[in-house]
Amino acid sequence: MMPSRMGRFRQRFSRLVALIGALLLLGACSLIGIEDAPLTTFDPAGPFAEQIDGLFWPVFWIAVVVFILVQGAILVAIFLFRDREGAKEAKQLHGSPKLEVLWTVVPALILAVIAVPTTAAVFELTGCDSDAMVIEVIGHQWWFEYHYPDAGIDTANVMVVPAGKEICAKMTSEDVIHNFWIPALNGKRYLVPGQTTLLRLQADEPGEFSGACAEFCGLSHSLMRARVVALDQADYDAWVADQQKGATLPAEGSDVYDGYQVFLSKGCTQCHTARFDDESASQIVAEGAFGGPDLTHFASRGTFAGATLPEEGETREVALKRWLANPPNVKPGSFMPNLALTEQEIDSLIAWLESNT
Amino acid sequence: MTATAERPQTTIFRRPSSTTGFWSWITTVDHKKIGIMYGYAAFVFFILGGVEALLLRIQLAQANAEFLTAGAYNALFTMHGTTMIFLFVMPVGAAFMNYLLPLLIGARDVAFPRLNALSWWIFLFGGIFLYSTFIFGTSAPPVGIDGVGGNLPAGGGPGTFNFLADSPNGGWFGYQPNAGPFYSAGTAMDYWALGLQILGLASLISSINFIVTILNMRAKGMRLLRMPVFVWMSTVVAFLLLFSLPIIAVALFMVMFDRQFGSLFFQPVGGGDPVLWQHLFWLFGHPEVYVLILPAMGIVSEVLPVFSRKPLFGYSAIVFAGAAIGFLGFGVWAHHMLASGITPVAQAAFGLATMTIAIPTGIKIFNWIGTMWMGRIQLKTPMLFAIGFIAMFTIGGLSGVIHSIVPSDWQQTDTYFIVAHLHYVLFGGSIFGIFAGMYYWFPKLTGRVMNDKLGKLHFWLMLIGFNLTFAPMHWLGLQGMIRRTWKYAPESGLEPWNVAVTIGAFIIALSIAVFMFNWYNSRRRGEASGLDPWDARTIEWMSPNPTPEYNFAVPPVVIRLDHFWHLKYDQDEDGRAVPKADKDEILAQIEDEQLNPVVPIQLPNPTYFPIVMALGIPIVFYGIIYHTTLWGKALIVIGVIISLAALIGWGMEPLEEPHEESESDAEIATVGGEEAGIAEGAGEDADV
Repeated sequence: MMPSRMGRFRQRFSRLVALIGALLLLGACSLIGIEDAPLTTFDPAGPFAEQIDGLFWPVFWIAVVVFILVQGAILVAIFLFRDREGAKEAKQLHGSPKLEVLWTVVPALILAVIAVPTTAAVFELTGCDSDAMVIEVIGHQWWFEYHYPDAGIDTANVMVVPAGKEICAKMTSEDVIHNFWIPALNGKRYLVPGQTTLLRLQADEPGEFSGACAEFCGLSHSLMRARVVALDQADYDAWVADQQKGATLPAEGSDVYDGYQVFLSKGCTQCHTARFDDESASQIVAEGAFGGPDLTHFASRGTFAGATLPEEGETREVALKRWLANPPNVKPGSFMPNLALTEQEIDSLIAWLESNT
Repeated sequence: MTATAERPQTTIFRRPSSTTGFWSWITTVDHKKIGIMYGYAAFVFFILGGVEALLLRIQLAQANAEFLTAGAYNALFTMHGTTMIFLFVMPVGAAFMNYLLPLLIGARDVAFPRLNALSWWIFLFGGIFLYSTFIFGTSAPPVGIDGVGGNLPAGGGPGTFNFLADSPNGGWFGYQPNAGPFYSAGTAMDYWALGLQILGLASLISSINFIVTILNMRAKGMRLLRMPVFVWMSTVVAFLLLFSLPIIAVALFMVMFDRQFGSLFFQPVGGGDPVLWQHLFWLFGHPEVYVLILPAMGIVSEVLPVFSRKPLFGYSAIVFAGAAIGFLGFGVWAHHMLASGITPVAQAAFGLATMTIAIPTGIKIFNWIGTMWMGRIQLKTPMLFAIGFIAMFTIGGLSGVIHSIVPSDWQQTDTYFIVAHLHYVLFGGSIFGIFAGMYYWFPKLTGRVMNDKLGKLHFWLMLIGFNLTFAPMHWLGLQGMIRRTWKYAPESGLEPWNVAVTIGAFIIALSIAVFMFNWYNSRRRGEASGLDPWDARTIEWMSPNPTPEYNFAVPPVVIRLDHFWHLKYDQDEDGRAVPKADKDEILAQIEDEQLNPVVPIQLPNPTYFPIVMALGIPIVFYGIIYHTTLWGKALIVIGVIISLAALIGWGMEPLEEPHEESESDAEIATVGGEEAGIAEGAGEDADV
């Protein structure tokens, strides 16, 4: 009797160990692929994202402990109290007031402890410092526009910021609700049409940070991405000075000039604008133009089409050709129509766009 | 009894009388038949929602995939969410409540049997109305702010299945203004908004019915704190529905007016507030979450004690925790919108309120484990699913606590972390609980037991598939995978785990196929269950299997919690259960007594009017969608006439045909029983 019962015990025990081992293995597997995720929330690059990270981990580990206790209790209960041959009937226990109090009060206390830093962080992280640099973020289907009120700059898709300085993003939307998210710099905040929301951003070091619109905003929601480039102060100042200049009016006869003519004649100016230092060209934009990205410094931005192009392993030229040939095919629902440009026109247009550094 | 066949003068048409066959189902007012129909219809929608999910997963198995067009993808995730919530988990909960509530409280039917039929038919027609969008619905690219429309290439862009894009594609949450008239042009979102309106009506009607039933029709001696926990949780659910559905009804009417009549409540161009929609939606939507999970909690609370062969640990704590979850559920809605820019005071308050939900939820989980502890655990299929529920729901609860850390939620909201969380709660929770209930109460439907081996295969496949599908989503979300994303870039590093998720989804599909085979097979060839296949504790098992039409020939008189168990077992001095010496005779006697009514039992008669009245409603709503056309206006008139005519017919038709006569002395004499009470219909049971 005794050995067989021990044998069964051992068999069950080894099964339990195997199960736990499998779970641990699965957990270890999940650590594979940590690197190379540009939108990871585990790589904060500024004080606000760091503060959030600092809140997440203690709660995560508390959750892990509770997880192990609860799942362990379930496994142990099955292991110890499974109906076996010759097992006695169970005692008909109805409960225990002491235990009820215990497992009401202990979780309440844990939560109370968590609540304090949470509440503090909510107040610390909302609103902006009064001396923060303001950048207005305007959501469009499906790209972000950035307006620098002090410098008078209007750009798209890439937000350039000085490293080590707090940015106050004042955000609104032209159409539907969007959600601006740069995981390395802070959490998300909605862009609500007709309202202004605030988001504090700060990158400690120069670098490039990926982001996206996180709220479902229509057909091409998945193709509305964002990028923040942090520069050190000197580079940032140079960038500002550069952006404040207009584009150069191309000389007649060149390929670039042909592209400029395509821009003027094919309806691009219905939505897009380009500023030129040359007075004679300043009236090219139709009055009340429907707002597409400002193309004055198109080539200075590392990405276009809602920060989705060029894709990995694709040159700018190939991506631009694909995009200009049929925008709605790349970005379904796009407000930029297929203008049925010829290959020649596309090549010229690319030449002009890429000259707008 | 010849008098019963005679047509009373008050009715216009001959009253239906078939008790078997197609017409018996169409005209039934029997809570069991209605429950079965609810269950099968919900399962059909479950399959549809599941197919939608599989299509989504095929698209996401590869970075930058072009299996579906963007429009088809958006439509499929909208319909997947809408289907699983409103057309599967809610109605399957209604199926359990319909079938079981009267049995669990020892009644012969619900308080308003015809109203019950009405809510079932409204639900069915609402579901068909919503799904008819795949045939009739249209969608279009957004209309820009200056009336310059967006563009779609021929064929809707890269990808296939573009015909699916002509169905609701604004998300199951229908955020405004994206789901409003300017950014979701076409009729698809009208089908969504009006379809939900119809479904809400069905739930509202049944919630009132269930509350009245539970409060008034309990068997003699069944005090509130002797009710099975499933009944308690159903009570909480019914109150949640009663108070939350009017909110979404108002909000959906506002959407309807925005879309159809230019009211612009939620459209900023007209001074409307899109965030107001979110408040209204989640003020309904969060209690709705508990509407989805509490029935499963009730089921698990029935299954665990039976297979642990112990009473439920902390019965009253579990009951009060359930009620507390219901109350708190109305105070946490804005945690769905912590990133919306609401003030820090509001954010902190809703964050803290969300934390408090963890306390009653924890009480439940600890008490369930306490029930298993020191028990004599029998790992039959229903028990496996119940244990799976506790384990998986705990994970969903813990990730929920992480969301209550408001700044942490700013990182996680709108990512796959939330998708993981909500599926651990609604699939790992609700659906595991629902399957536990299906295996457990299957004998009540068929008089047979489902195959245990196949059941276990189903359980393990589903547990593995479920975790392979949803556990990596936590990771994907924290790695920055946003929700509702048609494409993700190859360099995002998200592809490997997405492959795993898709494989998991197909394993779940396989497990469901096993379940369906088992269900089909066990109905015909399953082992006969007898009266009490599980050695159960509650009084629904005192009614024979399959349940006779009248439920109980002799309504039980309940003298304590777990009444049925105490009829079978005594306790020794250690407090251990000891079967009574004459246990088998007791069971045989109960079965004999319940199978052979002393006098014929009068039940509510079948009727045509609920289905006719329900039929008018979607016709009116079709008319509203096309109200600018003449035939649209005609549909409204036709629908109103149908429903009104049915209402009048209904009002003039008595619940039970021979009821009047059975109350007269002469009729009692003809049925030959002194115990007139037994012969009385369901409506009278409340007096017992």
